Amino acid sequence: MSADQMLAFETDCHLFDGCGFPAPGLHSFMFEPLFTVGGYDVNKPMLLALLSTVVIIGFFWAAFGRAKVVPGKLQMIGESGYDFVRKSIVYESLGKKVGDKYVPFMVSLFFFVWIMNLWSIIPVAQFPVTSIIAFPAGLALIVYVLWMYLTFKKHGFVGGLKNITGYDKSLGPILPMIVFLEFFSNVLVRPFTHAVRLFANMFAGHLLILMFTIASWYMLNGIGIAYSGVSFVMTILMTAFELFIQAVQAYIFVLLACTYVQGALAEHH
Amino acid sequence: MNALVQMAAEEAENPLIPPIPELVIGLIAFFIVFGFLAKKLLPNINKVLDERREAIEGGMEKAEAAEAEAQQVLEDYRAQLADARHEAARMRQEAQEQGVALIAEMRAEGQRQREEIIAAGHAQIAADRKAAAASLRQDVGKLATDLASKLVGESLEDSARQSRTIDRFLDGLEETAATAEAKR
Repeated sequence: MSADQMLAFETDCHLFDGCGFPAPGLHSFMFEPLFTVGGYDVNKPMLLALLSTVVIIGFFWAAFGRAKVVPGKLQMIGESGYDFVRKSIVYESLGKKVGDKYVPFMVSLFFFVWIMNLWSIIPVAQFPVTSIIAFPAGLALIVYVLWMYLTFKKHGFVGGLKNITGYDKSLGPILPMIVFLEFFSNVLVRPFTHAVRLFANMFAGHLLILMFTIASWYMLNGIGIAYSGVSFVMTILMTAFELFIQAVQAYIFVLLACTYVQGALAEHH
Repeated sequence: MNALVQMAAEEAENPLIPPIPELVIGLIAFFIVFGFLAKKLLPNINKVLDERREAIEGGMEKAEAAEAEAQQVLEDYRAQLADARHEAARMRQEAQEQGVALIAEMRAEGQRQREEIIAAGHAQIAADRKAAAASLRQDVGKLATDLASKLVGESLEDSARQSRTIDRFLDGLEETAATAEAKR
């Protein structure tokens, strides 16, 4: 295990001991391979991502595998989660008729993102998988491809381009500028912001928790114990706050995906 | 510490450049989830949700049918009750009328019978009086003649004379009775 993988309290470095604060940074998001399977290195985020799959499928298998008309407790919980995504996200933005087709995709997306976020505060795991850009980027890419596909399928090539660029003759002389801006914002920036919004939130959240956790340990010396207590309380508060942010970010990610699909299917405006 | 920073600097790649293995693993993980949910688990729960909705709606329909039936029965019952009341009123009315007619008839009958009885009584009385008067007249006549023959000593056996005399006497008696009545 390299130094950057060390947990804060594995170094015996404290305030007033003459050693500097071991601040978290980019290195906190770099992982050495845990083990190798068939020549492929598997590191912690990969393992957690695969575990997310297991957790989600395991849960929904237990809840819906033998679904009953009169639900058990687990099924009831599963149903409320399912209904939340289905009704408050998909039906709200796409409508029931159009939205029904995309419900399985959006439900998978929501729970996948949420569970990957949730690892951040699960003991031992304690790392939000989505703070590695590859994971949100992959998901944003899927949504982007889906959006492009739907746009051109619905409107044809020229109509699709018009839809993407917000082409509208009534705009008159500023039309070229609008077209350029819309193209730039929709085609180039959109997938980037979609992924980075999730990534940056989880990245920052993880950094904050790390910061207070490390500080709690680092300041545990002499008068620093008082500061350490404050820092520890902050760690608890930040953990609770992260719990909230994780769900919100998953919600936003899926809501945006729905909005993009809705935009692709809308008549040009 | 310095080593740590150095190591970080060495390894620090741009955090916005996605590492390919993670990207692939992420996509695979997502598609596994999507596959299971879309193909198996969500259709499963959708079926159950539909069944549940049908069950609830079916229950509601049943309840509605039962309510309609109950309403129908109630209306029937009310109609029957109204009929029965009507019928009862009609019968009471009829009975009353019949009773009145019966009483009137009986009264008339009674009246008739009474008059009959009275008339019969009158006739009887008249007949009795007549008979009594006739027998009295005979007896009185006989007594009177007997007495007279004893007094006079002469036989008044001669029936013609006898009866004339008796009649005269009795007429005289009746006259006195009539005058006495007139005086009263």
